[in-house]
Amino acid sequence: MGTFTAATAPRVNYINAEYGIKSWLLTKDHKRIALLYLGSISFFFFIGSLYAIAIRLELLTPQADLVQSSTYNKMFTQHGIIMVFFFLIPSIPATLGNFLVPMMIGAKDLAFPRLNLLSWYIYLAGGLITIYALLAGGVDTGWTFYTPYSTTFSNSYVVATGLGIFINGFSSILTGLNFIVTIHTMRAPGMKWFRLPLFIWSHYATSLVMVLGTPVIAITILLLAFERVAHVGIFDPALGGDPVLFQHLFWFYSHPAVYIMVLPSMGVVSEIIANFSRKNIFGYKFVAFSSLAIAVFGFLVWGHHLFVASQSVYAGMIFSFLSFAVAIPSAIKVFNWTATLYRGSISYDTPMLYALGFIGLFTVGGMTGLFLATLAVDVHVSDTYFIVAHFHFIMVGGALFGYLGGLHYWWPKISGRMYPEGWGRFSALVVFVGFNLTFLPQFVLGYLGMPRRYHVYPPEFQVLHVLSTAGASILGVGLLIPLFYLIWTLRYGPIAAANPWHLPGLEWRTSSPPPTENFETTPIVTWEAYEFAPIEEMKVIGKFRPEVDSVS
Amino acid sequence: MQSWIPFLPESASTLSGRVDALYFYLSGVTVFFTLLISGVLIFFVIKYRRRTPFEIPRPIAGSHKLETLWSIIPFLIAMSFFVWGTRVYFAQYRMPADGIEVYVVGKQWMWKFQHSTGQREINELHVPVGRKVKLIMATEDVIHDLFIPAFRIKADVVPGKYSTQWFEATQTGRYHLFCAEFCGMNHSGMVGTVVVMEPTDFDNWLSGNANQQSASSAGQQLFQSMGCASCHGANAEGGRGPALQGVFNGQTQLNNGQVIKADENYIRESITNPQGKIVSGFGPIMPSFQGQLTEEQLMQLTSYVKSLGSNQATGPATAPAPAATPRR
Repeated sequence: MGTFTAATAPRVNYINAEYGIKSWLLTKDHKRIALLYLGSISFFFFIGSLYAIAIRLELLTPQADLVQSSTYNKMFTQHGIIMVFFFLIPSIPATLGNFLVPMMIGAKDLAFPRLNLLSWYIYLAGGLITIYALLAGGVDTGWTFYTPYSTTFSNSYVVATGLGIFINGFSSILTGLNFIVTIHTMRAPGMKWFRLPLFIWSHYATSLVMVLGTPVIAITILLLAFERVAHVGIFDPALGGDPVLFQHLFWFYSHPAVYIMVLPSMGVVSEIIANFSRKNIFGYKFVAFSSLAIAVFGFLVWGHHLFVASQSVYAGMIFSFLSFAVAIPSAIKVFNWTATLYRGSISYDTPMLYALGFIGLFTVGGMTGLFLATLAVDVHVSDTYFIVAHFHFIMVGGALFGYLGGLHYWWPKISGRMYPEGWGRFSALVVFVGFNLTFLPQFVLGYLGMPRRYHVYPPEFQVLHVLSTAGASILGVGLLIPLFYLIWTLRYGPIAAANPWHLPGLEWRTSSPPPTENFETTPIVTWEAYEFAPIEEMKVIGKFRPEVDSVS
Repeated sequence: MQSWIPFLPESASTLSGRVDALYFYLSGVTVFFTLLISGVLIFFVIKYRRRTPFEIPRPIAGSHKLETLWSIIPFLIAMSFFVWGTRVYFAQYRMPADGIEVYVVGKQWMWKFQHSTGQREINELHVPVGRKVKLIMATEDVIHDLFIPAFRIKADVVPGKYSTQWFEATQTGRYHLFCAEFCGMNHSGMVGTVVVMEPTDFDNWLSGNANQQSASSAGQQLFQSMGCASCHGANAEGGRGPALQGVFNGQTQLNNGQVIKADENYIRESITNPQGKIVSGFGPIMPSFQGQLTEEQLMQLTSYVKSLGSNQATGPATAPAPAATPRR
């Protein structure tokens, strides 16, 4: 990194424009709201991780030693609920998306700044109610809330937790709505649809799923609460209902929700792969439209969660076919990312390491998804650790890796400070190794027949569980390192240039951190996405100072 | 007995080899492509690493030919998974015509089994090697799932209906039996053992436990004690209610003109929710027995009705089996 000259006078930016707690809690600036989200989802990620640690420790031995079964059941339930609804679903859209969607299209803010702030308060309300439910006694149904256990048999705080998730859903809907309207109406002059960065395309696709899918989970939770509180017969056969109906409704949202988690991450990876190999993305339109294809097909595959749930074999056949169909657009993305690297100028900076890690892990996650779409194999591995391993490859290897890569990539823009590159690379490596050691053994465990959600298990499975727990401790350390150094950079990190990576995207054509209105003048876009300009031109457009901002 | 880290569970049924073959095919194809993609990725990352700070590589827009190629090839490979997987799935879930029947009741947190000859067991299931075994399963409370890894079979047991699965063991031995659907506090304690025995040993085991009443004769007693006989006739020959002799597995005409197959699920539903499907020519006079009979008693009654014979010439034992999963 070279030396850095201190700015002569502190420039006004979105962080120092106003001071005081009120200026944050009542802000309508999408960048400040993104930071509010960043703080709150980090908090929930931390809580969810504590549960993960406790689960992995308990599973070190086949017997029950740390906690009782009822406690263990609450731990995996709450781990799932917090990670899925309060970390993974909002993670990239609400933080990076919130920060970058307006900046990347050359807008001053989102279309509805007040709704944006409201969505954070709704998220907070949902989160606090859920935390209350956990403190009051917790919930033990599994994050899937299967009936009739959740409606008739469980003695835990099902309705309170459901209320938290129900409320939280509205923040998702508002964010999605805001993005759709913003992308349609607020693009800068010259920012045509096919000049949009792929991050925007993937957020557009994600927003469609958020707006169309989330109401279904809201209705489902409402019906569940009706049955539990008022004994209205919907799901319990003793009351005239059908328990499998709940599974259809639940997965009609919760399968597309997987795409809410992973599509934004794919957008981040598209940005990083193109920009850190300094090339336009290979097959731009195919990558863009594959996001939309995933969003649409994602609504048609929920039945693959019910292959062993006594649905008709013919229904199983159709859902199997559709599940294979949804794999193709994901495969197209992986091939195009790989092809983008061909004859590129590839740097090994931390964001790129995370993006490359994403491609590898997402490939494994996707490939093992093919096992689950294959009916006969799914019958054997369904509800085993094979499933646990598969979806952690998608959610951690996919969504979390994209999130961490994106956080490092845009950290200079967000905070105005550089993160320590050496520590960044080191932690990316530790996270990658720890992750694989945690979840690869679980594929083997699953095929051997170890069911998920088991507190005690037959002793022959112990070796693989020990490996998994060892990996989890490495993963945990790997995740703590960025937590420390990112906070450290806020005060001590080197001042970041406007465009430290020398990239053409609009978000890099304004200062770091950006002013409240993002751009001093409305930009006019005359270039295609990922169109790299020679260094002389960069000096003009990015306020690039080669003598100060050296390149790694 | 087992290697330090086994990669495959024991294979002990006629289906397990078929599932494993498919699993090997999937593993081979996916490992190959995963290594290929990561190999190319790593190769590119090393070969095209940044050499000078501000170099700008020549842009490459893309290639329709390549896009088509790498859409169609994965699709065709996926279709081979689809076709093969579906064939084995149908074999897993379509009930064979012949074979011995075992009634299974799951309840928090135990598995109860009753053989058609009357023997009952809890968390242990004795079966003979080389014979098809059909499991007719119900639950007293929440959803459970009977999973036998060594046989590669698994099926949810859903409240309010019967679900079915079958296996034919190929090796004697003791195998794990798990509940695979989260069912509450002691979910991980809802486990048991399948004991596969030589047929002669199995016969000995059966006769050693023969003092128990058979399911159908227990059902016959219930038929009398619950007052079914007052409408259906002392020998189920019919009266104010329809005759039950020879009903099982036949076509039954309902009063709305619909013709349905009188399988186990229909018999069960006719006891718990008699108003749902009324036989043509009869009035809606039967009260519901929902909540008055345990799942075991329902199974005994079902077994009794089945013992009254089928109205198909071929008899129940060889009646063509429909798709396994009961549909409404």
